Amino acid sequence: MIVVDRIGKAFGAHVVLDEFSLEVDTGEVVCIIGPSGSGKSTALRCINGLETYDKGTITIDGVRVDRDDPSIHALRSEVGMVFQRFNLFPHRTALENVMEGPVYVKRIAQDDARARGLALLAKVGLAEKADAYPDRLSGGQQQRVAIARALAMEPKVILFDEPTSALDPELVGDVLHVMLRLAREGMTMVVVTHEIGFAAEVADRVLFLDHGRILEQGPPAAILRNPRHERTRDFLQRVLHPVA
Amino acid sequence: MLRFLADARDFLPILLSGCLVTIELTLAALVLSTVLGFVWALLRLSPSRYVRAPAVTFITVIRGIPIIVQLFYIYFVLPDLGIQLSAFQAGVVGLGIAYSAYQAENFRAGIQSVDPGQIEAAQTLGMRPPLIMRRVVLPQAIRVFLPPYGNTMIMMLKDSSIASAITVAELTRGGQLIAASTFRNMTVFTLVALLYLTMSLPLTYLAHRLEKRYGRK
Repeated sequence: MIVVDRIGKAFGAHVVLDEFSLEVDTGEVVCIIGPSGSGKSTALRCINGLETYDKGTITIDGVRVDRDDPSIHALRSEVGMVFQRFNLFPHRTALENVMEGPVYVKRIAQDDARARGLALLAKVGLAEKADAYPDRLSGGQQQRVAIARALAMEPKVILFDEPTSALDPELVGDVLHVMLRLAREGMTMVVVTHEIGFAAEVADRVLFLDHGRILEQGPPAAILRNPRHERTRDFLQRVLHPVA
Repeated sequence: MLRFLADARDFLPILLSGCLVTIELTLAALVLSTVLGFVWALLRLSPSRYVRAPAVTFITVIRGIPIIVQLFYIYFVLPDLGIQLSAFQAGVVGLGIAYSAYQAENFRAGIQSVDPGQIEAAQTLGMRPPLIMRRVVLPQAIRVFLPPYGNTMIMMLKDSSIASAITVAELTRGGQLIAASTFRNMTVFTLVALLYLTMSLPLTYLAHRLEKRYGRK
């Protein structure tokens, strides 16, 4: 479904992405790991045209992703995104956040969108918070609302950009749990994460990115248990045993 | 004191009709300056340099010229170029344009105060720029630009008196005419001052409310 073909991006001499390629099939869960500054988030943000790329091509179901082409809006409405910092609309309630896309982009009737919105909030365990504003919700709750907001558009795929990195440790589990359920239900997901445990459990494929290049990729067992590259080993060691 | 009251009774009808013109002028110029200011703010925030540059130049020029000179220009110079406006129209256009430069900076500050992550979140839902502006950016920017907007309204009310210089029959002009023919300067301008104050009080209250409602957070 998603085909990223050797994209490149550079700021002057600084290379952010170098021949980055990725194919994601429907129902697949791909986790991208790597040190900060390795280009993980940039790669993800290129897929829905939040960032431009200098070289290569990205297509989603055959449609080219081009930030400056009018087709980008329709394309984005089919690609959900969940941000590190949630980015809920602070002036709208949890339910209104979830209804916003369906009502104003898909032009679904308010009542239908409301019913669906409530069902989605229930699905992420927040039915009773429908009328709460984001500043009344914990980080974990906000992120689950953000996931519901993405789901409300019935996307082909959801991109997760370090969805648990801004959360207090005790709130991470709730969010990962929701993501795990989505994966089990067959949602196509591309997840940039530092949660190695989640990647090991849920991913069909893990990519290790370093300095804008894919250093290795494969099933989680191979990459996470028996990494071939020294840098991957080093990275996993640091993430899994920070004080060792 | 009795003399003052007797004079006041004679002068008030004229002055009150001046007040009506002042209010009309203020409201019309406020609407025009708001619309124009918003347009300049959007141009000013354009990613294209060729769109930004004219807006910046315009704002700089307008802010650097006294309002009274702008009014003279519109009322006395434009007719030479074939654009004939009534005194009232010239007043609305002049004050509207002059204030649009200030409004633009205020709107810009408000729009820029919105977290870019908000715009990205809206983009990822597939929203187009106008919809993002209406549903996401403006409702949040309003917290920043409404409190100064209250003050702008008060300033506009007072600065509408400048239109007296191009013969708009508003409150100050009415006062000048009465004073010139009766020489009752003290009575007339005390009344004029009190009338401006009276008109500004509801606006001051409104500005205070806006400040309280949106100033925090």
